[in-house]
Amino acid sequence: MNANIYRHEFRMRLNSVIIWSIAIIAITLIFFSIFPSFADQATLLNETMSKFPPALLAAFGMTGVDLSTIIGFYSFIFLFAQVCLAIQAGNYGFGLVSIEERELTADFLISKPVSRAQILNSKLLAAFTSLTITNLVVWVSSFAGVMLFRVGREFDSKTMVLLLLSIVVFQVFFLSVGLVVSLLVKRIRSVTPYSLGLGFGMYVLSAFSGLEGVSNLELITAFKHFDPNYIIEHGAYNTPLVLLNVAISVVSLVASYWLYIHRDIPSVV
Amino acid sequence: MSIIEVSNLTKYYGKSRGIVDVSFKVDEGEIFGFIGPNGAGKSTTIRLLLSLIYPTSGSAKVFGKDAIANGPEIRRNIGYLPSEVFYYEGMKVINLLKYSASFYNCDCDQRMHELSEYMELELNRRIDDLSYGNKKKVGIVQGLLHSPKLLFLDEPTAGLDPLMQRKFFDLIRKENTRGVTVFFSSHILGEVQRLCNRVGIIREGKIVEISDIRSLQQNNYKKVHVMADNLDPAAFNLPGVTNLQSENGMVRFFFKGDINAVLQKISGVQVDDVTIEEPTLEEIFMHYYE
Repeated sequence: MNANIYRHEFRMRLNSVIIWSIAIIAITLIFFSIFPSFADQATLLNETMSKFPPALLAAFGMTGVDLSTIIGFYSFIFLFAQVCLAIQAGNYGFGLVSIEERELTADFLISKPVSRAQILNSKLLAAFTSLTITNLVVWVSSFAGVMLFRVGREFDSKTMVLLLLSIVVFQVFFLSVGLVVSLLVKRIRSVTPYSLGLGFGMYVLSAFSGLEGVSNLELITAFKHFDPNYIIEHGAYNTPLVLLNVAISVVSLVASYWLYIHRDIPSVV
Repeated sequence: MSIIEVSNLTKYYGKSRGIVDVSFKVDEGEIFGFIGPNGAGKSTTIRLLLSLIYPTSGSAKVFGKDAIANGPEIRRNIGYLPSEVFYYEGMKVINLLKYSASFYNCDCDQRMHELSEYMELELNRRIDDLSYGNKKKVGIVQGLLHSPKLLFLDEPTAGLDPLMQRKFFDLIRKENTRGVTVFFSSHILGEVQRLCNRVGIIREGKIVEISDIRSLQQNNYKKVHVMADNLDPAAFNLPGVTNLQSENGMVRFFFKGDINAVLQKISGVQVDDVTIEEPTLEEIFMHYYE
């Protein structure tokens, strides 16, 4: 680890962290604020929802969701938070070394007396710190939402903690997959299309899984690995899928280190 | 002692050529000029020595250590000025220089200010707002501020105005007298001629000549003009003559070898005018490129 690179990288991402955090606070609290009116009409609402086509419910992650309970309602919010977190982590992953190479600052950094492994360590740690700040913001705003809008309803904090604990693994997944993809493709001109593609692609893959025929493609998506509905229903993680998730992250990270250390840094020609 | 020792270094980017079988040595305290046209492999060589890219085959030593295995250690004493200077978005000059200095165990603050003042660089400007020439100055200060023992300058004068170029050359000469070895890559021969002790000429990825700059000019080639009536250019087609041209009773050629052979030829002709001079590096260079 190199403290200078870490500090520099962290600072470069500070604005982005603040913006994502504000977005997540807004989403969480605005959604929570409509919970009291939902809860009042819960029976009616659940009845109406059961008449919707299953594909529509699936698309919004509402299959089997009981919106009359706090945790049921929260699972809905959490899914939105997950999409944001996925795109943010994907952004950092895709941009971790590619931005530097695209803007040709990589020459500056790598000609300093540091090894490539040190550079990647510091960069990853800085990105992880940024993601952790957003993670903590999700924790705080989730609990704040419950406090403010629970309207005296029962609330199982254990399941919520279980959901929130999954975030860190979820973030690492998108960070490392983004990174390895960025090292495999030739040149990334802009990070956002990639991270949006990865985030939404995986979300859609998970949302429609099992709906149309048999496909095991859903097994690769982190949204399925940490499906909030599953976690709430079972009060536990889907262990095999979580292990698969961790395995994908580990393989991506190991591959990233190998690729980065052996990489020819592109230059203008 | 050799500061840089390159042996049979070859680099292919996939199928396209970078450099092929390049070998040379640079001694301590030298200013070594590395010249060749765009795309000849000058930057590739420098980037290999900094392990920004890895060789296909061959090896390179810097300070007597393997350039790849000991990369981070070697780079502690290297200053590098890339040909294209780009820096982090939104950063001020001063922050970039401090970031750069933070990688070296040195208190470079004073030197940073001295160098910036000398190069007339404003420290509080954002790098994005700087012109190409000013960005180049940031690169120069950045490459020098930790007092490196070896400098890699990749086409350093591009974008600098002539006044600034002169200041920059004075700076490099001053560094050199302190014992700093300089590896100076350029396609502008005049500046190499002014600054360097020895030159390597690279063409299409291969070294075509490594020579003392003086011997390259003095011993190797003479530029001969002969003016006479009814001159037959073919008469001068001697061994050692190249670039033979004739127009309006004037014959021009380069000659390498015993100058007496040419003199004998000339003495047999009734000439109007004869000049024998040293070619400029430019002409030698063009000669290598034909």
